[in-house]
Amino acid sequence: MAVKTKGQTFVFANPPHIVAHASIVGPEESKGPYSEYFDLHLDDAKYGEDSWEKGEERMAANAVDLSLDKASVTAADVDLMLGGDLLNQLITADFVARDLDTPFLGIYSACATLVEGLSLGAALMDGGFADCVVAFASSHYQTAERQYRTPLEYGVQYPPYKQFTVTAAGSYVLGWLGGDVWITHATMGKVIDLGVTDPNDLGSAMAPAAAEIILQNFKDLNRSPADYDLILTGDLGLTGKKVLTTLLEEKNIMAGDKLMDCGGEIFGGQEQYGSGGSGVGASAAFFGSVIIPRMKAGEFRRVLFVGTGALLSALTVKQKESIPAIAHAVVVEKIPGG
Amino acid sequence: MKNINKTTDEFKKIVQKEQPPVNKTANFFKAFLVGGTICLIGQVFQELYMAFFNYSQQDAGTMATITMIFLGGLLTGLDIYDEIGQFAGAGSLVPVTGFANAMVAPALEYKQEGFIIGIGANLFSIAGPVLAYGMVSAFIVGLLQTLFGG
Amino acid sequence: MGIFIKAFLVGGLICGICQLILDNTDYTPAHILVGLVIIGSILTGLGLYDPLKEFAGAGVTIPVSNFGYILTQGVQEAAEKDGLLGLFKGVLDIASAGISASVIIAFFMALIFNPKK
Repeated sequence: MAVKTKGQTFVFANPPHIVAHASIVGPEESKGPYSEYFDLHLDDAKYGEDSWEKGEERMAANAVDLSLDKASVTAADVDLMLGGDLLNQLITADFVARDLDTPFLGIYSACATLVEGLSLGAALMDGGFADCVVAFASSHYQTAERQYRTPLEYGVQYPPYKQFTVTAAGSYVLGWLGGDVWITHATMGKVIDLGVTDPNDLGSAMAPAAAEIILQNFKDLNRSPADYDLILTGDLGLTGKKVLTTLLEEKNIMAGDKLMDCGGEIFGGQEQYGSGGSGVGASAAFFGSVIIPRMKAGEFRRVLFVGTGALLSALTVKQKESIPAIAHAVVVEKIPGG
Repeated sequence: MKNINKTTDEFKKIVQKEQPPVNKTANFFKAFLVGGTICLIGQVFQELYMAFFNYSQQDAGTMATITMIFLGGLLTGLDIYDEIGQFAGAGSLVPVTGFANAMVAPALEYKQEGFIIGIGANLFSIAGPVLAYGMVSAFIVGLLQTLFGG
Repeated sequence: MGIFIKAFLVGGLICGICQLILDNTDYTPAHILVGLVIIGSILTGLGLYDPLKEFAGAGVTIPVSNFGYILTQGVQEAAEKDGLLGLFKGVLDIASAGISASVIIAFFMALIFNPKK
């Protein structure tokens, strides 16, 4: 079998299509400038359930269902489902899979989980192990806040660079037919830790991992920013994006306004949201609902989609550990003639 | 070999440069104003309890404290105290209203896990250290005074 | 009138200093509160909290350091009366009103309200 890897990058001989995508966002995200792009909006973070966790689960489950509908397939047609979220034991994804008649692998890279899912799904399909894969991820402000920080109504003061977890879920159906974009490459990241200890500044903690994976992708494929129409990072926020820009410029990579960050964009940069959104829901909803339509419209032909994850837990923070980060990237292109 | 080879100190400098600055002077005055105002309100209640309910100064102080605890708890329930906290920082953290906030916030938060293992078990999840160390230090101070005749 | 101004200034100053510590060190709010309570307790032991209270009123009885004061005062009074037993018995003597009120009020607030955010 031919070698399909260059450095850390999988090169797909048969690039899987992103056949369909669906997203659901929470109340705060529905007020943002991209609100109309998302498929469904919640006006209640519990989604009518009696706990936030059940609300998140229902949100993620509905996103998966909706994406299957859009792709005109049933759960039984799906060979493999890859999903994850930010809660301990991947409890949201597990409970989504409980209700579906589909083989399931739970995956975790914090907020890079969605890109990890797209990478693995595409690799398994190109490797011949599956013909239809669903990759989904979700995050939820209330469930994440209580797991990682303090009760919501507790009056602690946050610094101006704090990010707010996005309440959103996104689900992607990968197949061989239909859709207008496909995944041509996937670059697998290493865990990077440059010693950031402030759990309110995850963007800065993740920026080095994002820089690392972007440089690696360029090196493996002998590319530069000129080869991409957009370099989309997951949830660095406004501060993390600045740090990333500085790190890249030090390596003489001038990405300039080709850089965009899902978390930084999703709330429209308003001061009350600090540095912007975080959480895997940001990239899971934003890429599929905002960027893919713009790719279809021809605005972007080739996008480097970088998921960024901060690998911390409430306990590691209390134990004064620094915050390691990971980033994975996929190259998504408009299908020629598509 | 990783592409980004920085020491943590080099990286720290970049982060400090790019982070939006915290306005410490403004934070000090906001904490001062809000904290001072809360204490002032407490003093007003104390005087009122003395003037209209004939409480002794000590009892009026205790009643004022309970009133402030109630107000802090109410503002927490009404989803206002966290906003005050974001503005005032230590100004709303340090007064006893902040202690009430620290008790009510987890009580509300864990309601969905039930009354016993939710609310009951989490009431002291934030305020616990204050009571624990207050009691231990009170004991130690009292012990020292007993031993060495304070 | 003077007591109101003094309560405002002293209470405000305590909060302002705590804010400076929060902004300039890695200490968390929990550290600050525990530190204040211990300081309140030590000042009580040294006989300094009563004069402070005399001077600033609610300026020192509303900040959480007051817990340190009333917990310690309870121990002091009981120890005088009951010796060793008082060291344990007296801890919550004076503080019981505030602590009981906190628990009871927190319970009823949780009964009435749900977190909004």
